[in-house]
Amino acid sequence: MDFSYLSAIVFFPVVGAILVAFIPRLSNGLIKRIAAVFTFIPFALSIFLFVVFDKSAGAAGVIQFEEKLLWIPAINAHYHLGVDGLSLPLVLLTAFLGFLVVLISWNIDLRPREYFAWLLLLETSILGVFSSLDLLLFFLFWEIEVVPMYFLISIWGTGRREYSAIKYVVFTLLGSAMMLAGILSLYFTTGSLDMLAIAGTGLAPFKVVVPVVAIFFLLLAGFAIKLPVFPLHTWLPDAHTDAPTAVSVMLAGALLKMGGYGMIRLCVTMFPDIAHQYSPLLVALAVVGVLYGAAVTLRQTDLKRLIAYSSISHMGYVLLGIFALSEVSLTGAALQMFSHGIITGLLFAMAGLVMHNTHERNLAKLGGLARQMPIVAVVFSIAGLASLGLPTTSGFAAEFLVYVGSYSSPVFDGIRVCTLLAVFGVVITAGYILWMLMRVFYGQVREQFDGVADASALDRVYMFALVIVIMLVGIYPAILTNIIKIGVLPIARLLGG
Amino acid sequence: MHLELLAPELSLCFFALVVVLLDLVVQRKGLLAAVSIVGVVVSAGFVVAMWGGGAQAIFNNMLAVDSFALFFKLLFLGIAALVILASQDYVAKFARFQGEYYALVLLSTLGMMLMAATAELISMYLALELASISLYILVSFLKDTKSSEASLKYLLLGAVASAVLLYGMALVFGVTGETRLGEIARTIATLSPAGILDSPALILGIVLLVAGFGFKIAAVPFHMWVPDVYEGAPTPITAYLSVGSKAAGFAIILRVFYSAFGAPNWLSVDWGLIFAVLSAISMTLGNVVAIPQTNIKRLLGYSSIAQAGYLMVGLATVGLSPTADAVGRSAVLFFLVSYALTNLGAFIAIIAVTNKLNSDLIDDFSGMGKRAPLLALALTLCLVSLIGMPPAAGFMAKFYIFSTAVQHNLLWLVVIAVINSVISAYYYLRIVKVMWLGQPISEEKVPSSGALKLALSLSCLGVLVLGIVPSFVMNFAQLAARLFVF
Repeated sequence: MDFSYLSAIVFFPVVGAILVAFIPRLSNGLIKRIAAVFTFIPFALSIFLFVVFDKSAGAAGVIQFEEKLLWIPAINAHYHLGVDGLSLPLVLLTAFLGFLVVLISWNIDLRPREYFAWLLLLETSILGVFSSLDLLLFFLFWEIEVVPMYFLISIWGTGRREYSAIKYVVFTLLGSAMMLAGILSLYFTTGSLDMLAIAGTGLAPFKVVVPVVAIFFLLLAGFAIKLPVFPLHTWLPDAHTDAPTAVSVMLAGALLKMGGYGMIRLCVTMFPDIAHQYSPLLVALAVVGVLYGAAVTLRQTDLKRLIAYSSISHMGYVLLGIFALSEVSLTGAALQMFSHGIITGLLFAMAGLVMHNTHERNLAKLGGLARQMPIVAVVFSIAGLASLGLPTTSGFAAEFLVYVGSYSSPVFDGIRVCTLLAVFGVVITAGYILWMLMRVFYGQVREQFDGVADASALDRVYMFALVIVIMLVGIYPAILTNIIKIGVLPIARLLGG
Repeated sequence: MHLELLAPELSLCFFALVVVLLDLVVQRKGLLAAVSIVGVVVSAGFVVAMWGGGAQAIFNNMLAVDSFALFFKLLFLGIAALVILASQDYVAKFARFQGEYYALVLLSTLGMMLMAATAELISMYLALELASISLYILVSFLKDTKSSEASLKYLLLGAVASAVLLYGMALVFGVTGETRLGEIARTIATLSPAGILDSPALILGIVLLVAGFGFKIAAVPFHMWVPDVYEGAPTPITAYLSVGSKAAGFAIILRVFYSAFGAPNWLSVDWGLIFAVLSAISMTLGNVVAIPQTNIKRLLGYSSIAQAGYLMVGLATVGLSPTADAVGRSAVLFFLVSYALTNLGAFIAIIAVTNKLNSDLIDDFSGMGKRAPLLALALTLCLVSLIGMPPAAGFMAKFYIFSTAVQHNLLWLVVIAVINSVISAYYYLRIVKVMWLGQPISEEKVPSSGALKLALSLSCLGVLVLGIVPSFVMNFAQLAARLFVF
């Protein structure tokens, strides 16, 4: 491979960030155009990678578009990028959302220079996490994300934004502190920072000084806070609620997936035995997360907070799929990550649009908007139906795979009961989604919202782009599952499935 | 005689005297800073020319000229250059004694360079006093109440620390009959473990040495002077104290403990554990007490205590595995370089801001993101580096030092250290928050001179380079850590 596609994808946004931040005397319009260009290029490149990616069965477990350079010889760290079937969809998702959030932020006029610089840096960080194959590089990208998020929430947010931002930072740093201890222990035990090498040999051949279970849980702690897993989720509703719309989209759409991805890539792949041993505990947490998240969502009166809590419930499915540890369930979890990314991204974008245009976020005070903003009403409904898993949307395909995979998984005896309990979450989801749509768009038309604008032409671009992807994946999920399967197969083999 | 091996020190001494004399005749005081910079560069040139010349000791093994000493000499000269650049605006406010100011900075640097090179207890004491006494005077340079109080406090506590140190040296000399580190090690090797344990003099001597040096590196419980002195001293001198003095302390500790007390194994494990405990206490206390601070210099004072704690993780590693490879020592060296750049960068940004504001209160930094965006960005980068987050140098330094610690069964200490990093994020980010989220108290821009801008960009560039492509400096540190005369 002559051209370093992945490096280009990862670093284009940060180049854009530097340009936006340091070129003197840029007009607001130009800043936005630069941001759009420097996020569109990685998006286009990632589509290209998606198309030329080798999807044949022989490619199972093979890392493609690999780049490897010696980075820091003293600690045997490499600049090592590459994607497989697991990470490519997430790279594509991040690049896609990264471009759309620039469009979503088009009417930001408060300190736009800083805003877009942070937003672009955030995208580089997430893309880096999904394409790094070296633990140090992975951790480096993982940490970079904190600072942009802090600024984005605390400057451009709403409500108790400073409290939410610092809460986000403290949770994230606590998680990554434990993760760092885990990575250091892993590095010491194996003498390597190469994720593939460690996954290939496992930890069995090495002299164990730090108990392997401890390493597993140290790593898991970092990912569990990010996903988030009940009871570590309390930062999420605050951060989502108070973040600006585009950041909520990025946070729910791409950032949370770093947790799920890390669990599969590090915890499950490197410690299959321990994952197996503790899967009852984690599956139980997943079921609690699904049901608790859904139940709490039902009670929300704030539009954004409602969608935020629904994420906790939906990320429960990801956790369930991962620790049911079968090929089908893992595929489902990976697909659910992608699907939740676009669906919740769309939900947040629509909620942001409603809030922006009506200046109202309290469900009790909204109503009847279907008359005033028909396009938003239709698209919001599509996103809502996708979220509750209606067939022909990506939500259905993903959740179905998770249920089938975990129900049929031999991982432990009680998994069928757990799966059945989790399926009940769908019923609650249907309840809160439909109830929310009813309260926002139907019922009595309120006069104070007369003359409220519907989606603008630019809004329609990203709305329809997301709707198309949701339907495409829903109707023909194989477009993604064929690729995910290639990534999941070697992991399933490790698990003996 | 090998006077050519002393060329860096001699030339620096020469330039210090030139600066004092020049002060008497020239009217344009800006020239003094320029001459001082020239002195630093000439001295650094000699050091670079001597690099790779092989390790040797001169004056009957009194001074070592090895890559370890050369590494530190370069570090001190670099620090001195940045401090002099950052001092220009500040010193211009003094009507008199500008020549003395620069000369004392150079002499103190000379003392630190000798500290890194000495391999013998008496010359070590002299070098340490040369560095310290110059600093006592520099701290008092503002001549106001706070500055005088700080200087007096520093002087008195420093004198006590020196006395403790001398006592420790005397005890070590009493047991071994030697002042040269290599000979001390050889004598200890002939003693039986029971012999050492029966007479507690050697152990007591080591403990007193730890206390004496602990004062220099500002480790808890020898840190009492730090907040007041940091607050009262002229800000460039605070910057100098926080990195130069600390690095010199670590250089001397590494040299003494590794060369003289590195064997037998149980002895080095003993002092390794002392440092491990001091490390845990220092970072916890430093970070917790930093949280309520309202004065930015005091806050950075406590932060420097915490940073000394992280550095002592490296000392503990060296103690627990004296015979292992040089990685533990090189991690300390790398951390010192990255800490020096980071802390200097932070202080230079603070100097630029306080020159305008005449206030060290964190609240007065409010809205700096609007008034001086580049300064605020530079300070933000340095604070992020102090937290230990990528892509700044602090991250690599912490990763390196913690990874060697985990390798030598110090996971418990590393866990304490990473949790401390999280605590520290709270107060560092508070400054960031004030700068970017607070409302500016006035719309006036904050100008900064060319020298300050140069110093600030050099240190920020260093912070970024060390954070992203650290391998060059890491290799350098590994070479320096491997080659010891003894």
